[in-house]
Amino acid sequence: MKEKKIKFNKIGDLPYLTVSLGTTRVNLTGQWRSFRPVIDYQKCTRCMICWKFCPDVSVIKEPNSKKAAPSEKIAHLPAPVINYDFCKGCGICAEECPVKCIEMKPEKK
Amino acid sequence: MKKLLMGNHTVSWGAMLARAQVIAAYPITPQTQIVEELATLCAEGKAKAQFIKVESEHSALASCIGASAAGARAFTATSSQGLALMHELLHWAAGARLPIVMANVNRAMAPGWNIWTEQTDSLAQRDTGWIQFYCENNQEILDSIIQAYKISETVSLPSMIVLDAFFLSHTTEPVEIPPQELVDKFLPPYKPQYKLDPKEPHAFGGLSSTEYYYELRYKIQKAMERAKEVIEETDEKFNQIFERKYGLIEEIETSDAEVILVTSSTITSTARFVTEQLRKTGKKIGLLKVRVFRPFPSSEIRDALSNCEKVAVIDRNISFGSGGIFASEIKSAIQKMGKQPVIFPFIAGLGGRDITVPQIEEMINYTFENAKPKEEILWRGLKYENI
Repeated sequence: MKEKKIKFNKIGDLPYLTVSLGTTRVNLTGQWRSFRPVIDYQKCTRCMICWKFCPDVSVIKEPNSKKAAPSEKIAHLPAPVINYDFCKGCGICAEECPVKCIEMKPEKK
Repeated sequence: MKKLLMGNHTVSWGAMLARAQVIAAYPITPQTQIVEELATLCAEGKAKAQFIKVESEHSALASCIGASAAGARAFTATSSQGLALMHELLHWAAGARLPIVMANVNRAMAPGWNIWTEQTDSLAQRDTGWIQFYCENNQEILDSIIQAYKISETVSLPSMIVLDAFFLSHTTEPVEIPPQELVDKFLPPYKPQYKLDPKEPHAFGGLSSTEYYYELRYKIQKAMERAKEVIEETDEKFNQIFERKYGLIEEIETSDAEVILVTSSTITSTARFVTEQLRKTGKKIGLLKVRVFRPFPSSEIRDALSNCEKVAVIDRNISFGSGGIFASEIKSAIQKMGKQPVIFPFIAGLGGRDITVPQIEEMINYTFENAKPKEEILWRGLKYENI
């Protein structure tokens, strides 16, 4: 969806309440992020603890994933994938990962 | 059809006739019968409303806010401590421009734990942006609830219908119940301009920086100013259908009065009798009933008081550190007058102590006999001489 600038010429033009023009389908709150989690799939055991702890629903389970895996034994398991549209970089996934395969990298401007 | 109804049940019938769709309320003396009767009417299928059992008054108003934002006609009722608990949401409901109607039974604020009538609870919320109606009798309660929905839905501001604890809430009077068809003719279904709708999703009332908030507040004040006209127009339309009218204020024999007594709520009822009796003795006394407190009818009050010398105001409330609240607002309103009458600010009846006929007579006589009030606040009805 494209952003449109709305101009108010007089107070009467304003709605009587703040109204968002779209839902989070257009307002991608991942823009708030200053650090982004990056998963090293060579180490990731696909335990899904990051998915369980994410407070935002920004870790998605990807079935039949093409991501790298440390061994054949777990390659069939769904892989955790960060949804950068909404991930706010809280770092809980990195904190909770039992194998410490998630690194919080600074978001470049 | 006339029914004998106590004030509280009159509120319930008003909400039912106005076709409130969502009712969320928490019991508190002396409001409990409002909720009980509504629950019974809903259970019997007479009131077609969703009744939400909530765990506190804060939740009650929150539920009404949600319901109203989704486009339903919402109703709640409370009193004193419950109203105070709702305080932050009173601001919210007005700021979100939701036409919720609430009945508040005027009850004294604790501590001491007092369930009897005093106006401080609702007046303490006068800054929140709610329209406030102070009712004198049960018929006025029923009619005001029906009118309030029409007014609120026109100006997009919530309304509070205020009634005295026990003197109205638990007093049974004959009330004319209009037929549902006539009420429907006067009050069509609610059509909100903005509402929560999954088909057209929006978020309302979100982050507003210094860029936009000020204008939104300006709009609320303008809506309150417009509400004065809307209240009068609605009253006129109501009168055409139901043959009853109330107005913002009511003037009784004020045109040639030297002293005008200003009252509200049930005090007016007693005052009508007192002023009528005193007129018979030749005293030029008039009575002014203030029905609508927000928006404050400044220009109407100025006009009503334009010919008198002195004004006695009876406040059954107090703003600590200042004085009676009606008196303070009237003093502000008369600033614009060329010749201002002298205000005699009486306080009486706090905590539900009776304001009697002899007491009102004494207040009127005091006003006639003194050029100006001898104290900042004229306390009446206190029990002990040496304070």
